[in-house]
Amino acid sequence: MNLWVWILIACALAYLTKLVGYFVPAKLLENPRIMHIAGTMTIGLLASLTVVNAVASGQGLVLDARIGALVAAAVALWLRAPFLVVVISGAGAAALLRLLGWG
Amino acid sequence: MSTSSAPMKLRESPAFKIALSLSIATGLYGVSFGALAVASGFDFWQTMVLSLLLFSGGSQFAFIGVVAGGGSGVAAMTASALLGLRNGIYGMQINAMLRPGGWKRYVSAHVTIDESTATASGQSDPDEQRRGFWTAGIGIFILWNIFTAIGALAGDAMGDPKQWGLDGAAVAAFLALLWPRLKGREPWAIAAACALATILAVPFVASGVPILVAAVVAGVIGWFSHARLDEGLEPDVDPYAEKHQREHGGKK
Repeated sequence: MNLWVWILIACALAYLTKLVGYFVPAKLLENPRIMHIAGTMTIGLLASLTVVNAVASGQGLVLDARIGALVAAAVALWLRAPFLVVVISGAGAAALLRLLGWG
Repeated sequence: MSTSSAPMKLRESPAFKIALSLSIATGLYGVSFGALAVASGFDFWQTMVLSLLLFSGGSQFAFIGVVAGGGSGVAAMTASALLGLRNGIYGMQINAMLRPGGWKRYVSAHVTIDESTATASGQSDPDEQRRGFWTAGIGIFILWNIFTAIGALAGDAMGDPKQWGLDGAAVAAFLALLWPRLKGREPWAIAAACALATILAVPFVASGVPILVAAVVAGVIGWFSHARLDEGLEPDVDPYAEKHQREHGGKK
């Protein structure tokens, strides 16, 4: 199916998720289990997205310039750099490694 | 002119000031979203619709991240929806805090994100909570969309995204979104388990699906978890970072 369709469904789901919080009785969502799942899901998905973007290439695992980006970003974060600086460090590391002929 | 009896000026409100600087910091990284979306094959308007209508940084990056990795639209939509689940919890918290009525509910729902919720939650006075939530929510919405557009236009002009390391930028963006949530041992363990599950799944399932495998692992961990309740529910940019640093500064 067209990508547009999935974009619009994702937008509708995002808005409805936010809206649900305003309309369901607080007791329902204050359930510790649901709070925990919302939290662990966020951590798990972001961790997964990080490694997929770092080492996956289709159905293969490869080590290329993106690993350099991961390391550079981790160093920047450890030094408490702001978000945009972290992103630029990642891009810079990957671009530099490619310029040097790796990955 | 007497100021003692006048209502607090907006400029003097701590929540307003915090929300404003947070809006600028968060809005700015809309540039990276815009540029990455275009580099991942999205056109200008698809990129803008994600920022205007989906409006939740993590979910937007997830959507384009799955597509960039060759995943299907349905996998991208699922990852984005699951990553947005926490916004439902935020909606409940803001509703309990501010009790918006009528049409305001529908507007506040749209700007219910990590940062606006965190700004409001950090204040104890109801008026300050209201100022913090609306200033951060609307401020970020406007700047995030302006900077998404700038990023998308710049990304279009850049040519080969790999030459500029834009795939590395995506890796860095996801790590930066994850980082503030890794407070304590359990979040690290969850992140490690889900990263491992992802790597193990990559060779065996279609692109995009390993992320959903990790979502199942995270869901199972959450079901049996006994950790503190707000785990994983931290903003990407902490509005009270300076205060937190001061409080913990001596222990370093």
